[in-house]
Amino acid sequence: MSAQGRLLIVDDELSVRDSLGKWFREEGYDIGIAESASEALTRMAESHWDLALLDIKMHGTDGIELQRRLHEIDPDLVVIMMTGYASVDTAVTALKNGAYDYVSKPLDPDEIAHIVKKALAHRETEKENLRLRETVAEITRPQELVGQSPAMKKVFEAVQTVGPTDATVLITGESGTGKELVVQAIHAASVRRFHPLVAIHCGALTETLLESELFGHEKGSFTGALYRKKGKFELAEGGTVFLDEIGDISLKTQTDLLRVLQEREITRVGGNQVIKVDFRCVAATNKDLEKLIEEGKFRPDLYYRLNVFHIELPALRERREDIPLLAHHFMRKFAQSMNKRISRISPAAMEQLVRQPWQGNVRELENAVERAMVVAQEPELKEQDFFFKAPPLPSSGGRSLEEIERAHILQVLEQCGENQSRAAEVLGIDRVTLYHKLKRYGWSRSAVENR
Amino acid sequence: MKRVQLLPIGKVDAELLGGLAALVPDILPVQCEVLPEVLDPAPAFHGERLQYHSSELLRYMARFLRPGAWRLLGVTAVDLYIPILTYVFGEAQLEGPCAIVSYHRLRQEAYGLPADEDLLLDRLLKESVHELAHTGSLLHCEDYQCVMSPSHGAEQIDLKGSRLCAACFRRLNWAAP
Ligand SMILES: Nc1ncnc2c1ncn2[C@@H]1O[C@H](COP(=O)(O)OP(=O)(O)O)[C@@H](O)[C@H]1O
Ligand SMILES: [Zn+2]
Ligand SMILES: [Zn+2]
Repeated sequence: MSAQGRLLIVDDELSVRDSLGKWFREEGYDIGIAESASEALTRMAESHWDLALLDIKMHGTDGIELQRRLHEIDPDLVVIMMTGYASVDTAVTALKNGAYDYVSKPLDPDEIAHIVKKALAHRETEKENLRLRETVAEITRPQELVGQSPAMKKVFEAVQTVGPTDATVLITGESGTGKELVVQAIHAASVRRFHPLVAIHCGALTETLLESELFGHEKGSFTGALYRKKGKFELAEGGTVFLDEIGDISLKTQTDLLRVLQEREITRVGGNQVIKVDFRCVAATNKDLEKLIEEGKFRPDLYYRLNVFHIELPALRERREDIPLLAHHFMRKFAQSMNKRISRISPAAMEQLVRQPWQGNVRELENAVERAMVVAQEPELKEQDFFFKAPPLPSSGGRSLEEIERAHILQVLEQCGENQSRAAEVLGIDRVTLYHKLKRYGWSRSAVENR
Repeated sequence: MKRVQLLPIGKVDAELLGGLAALVPDILPVQCEVLPEVLDPAPAFHGERLQYHSSELLRYMARFLRPGAWRLLGVTAVDLYIPILTYVFGEAQLEGPCAIVSYHRLRQEAYGLPADEDLLLDRLLKESVHELAHTGSLLHCEDYQCVMSPSHGAEQIDLKGSRLCAACFRRLNWAAP
């Protein structure tokens, strides 16, 4: 009998591993079990897994950190988080980091069976589309850059000027100011736009992994190098390489990088063949590189290589006139993706928005609008829909993601006259998923209740 | 012929149990009889969840195994769980001699609907055959009409048939000890 797929269950509780393992085995899956993060990493190195069910809270490394490391080894691994309680922050972090979904313990058997099946089916289609999607993503339009402040106008002009050239560009600015969008715009304005734009977030990786990401590696060159792999410079194939968080790389990697920028050739980790590469380099950082140079942490020669053309992105608080424009931009974007008829922001809410400190810049503003859109009633975003200046939430306090989701689902359902198919359509989830969620909420038709 | 014995766990509807004993041999080539003893589920009760731990009950059942019986199937009206799941309809020892089924969530009343005795027996039969087949080392089957197709909701049980598909029937490990 062909197995449904290979599942790795990671939990530090014996009873969970045993019972879930047996249950999924009956469902027809091949099961692997790990009781700690390090054991999970060992299992990953030993063989291939389609899906991992991770406990979000374990002794030692937590599930979020483990997820990141598993994805470093196999970016295609489907990860589902199991949480004791679904706190906004951990669940959101997990989803943002690329987890497929999260489920609360104890798990609803019907729901978990459905999610796992759907996730694996989804992964199959993804795999088939991968080649196609990579080529398409490379030539799709970059996201729109919004702004009308003098500072942003200067940025737009700089992009138009330097874009078509082949010059290396260094973009600086606090995190969340839109550096990645600017890179997309530069790529789109260049002759290389029909070739890939490959991004690499240098800060997230260890030295070994970063080197293998950048330059590729030969099979067996280090633990975990199970296959030969091409590096980003090779994958760019005439396109743009975006080195994000360049201020976070080690001196050794800086030396190797400098060589690539000078020689335009690479050697894979563990290999000795020299490979010619053709690319344009754009780098970004939120660090002060000149200060790092003074401290001896950044090579000046690399700095001069990167800083051929410099674009500085101002913090959002230094260009508050862009806030209304950005807030409306995000409102429209989420109204469309959430299928909600919200078309304005109340003056009181806007006044607050303009006044916030926005330490996290445009990204924080975008997240704030997204959250507000979830709870808001049509047709307007109101002040109370935002979480202004709330002190940091204790994990048990505040509204959990699940509560917000529940409120939203029930509201949509009511608007659809309790027609579940219609509500599922509006919510953009499938009918069975909605059914499971309602079951979990203990929802029943009001007609039945009134009897 | 192989013998399947039914063990009531807690208070179980005698008529339902009798119906089950009469129908199982229609589907599996076995004899089926109801044991006179009753297993008290109290030690497996969870005070907060108000449910009974099915794996523990499976362990207690071992005491009731008799020589000559091929399989022992516990039948109960109480709601079963394993710690990581909110509920289970039943549980089986893969290739082991014991299995357990609960009809708590097979009753229409559990979903706010009027009782339906025939439907209840039909569902219980399917779940019993399903768990017994697990003890014969069968895993779940993709054929939606096969009794081994997975079902985690009463609606799904109603969709499938009470028989093993030809492939599952061939695969069923009758030699399993
Ligand atoms: N000027 C802008 N117009 C529209 N969206 C923006 C703008 N600046 C940033 N964003 C959005 O804010 C988020 C953070 O931007 P990003 O480019 O990832 O920041 P950085 O790379 O500086 O950390 C992204 O979702 C991006 O789409
Ligand atoms: Zn089963
Ligand atoms: Zn079958």
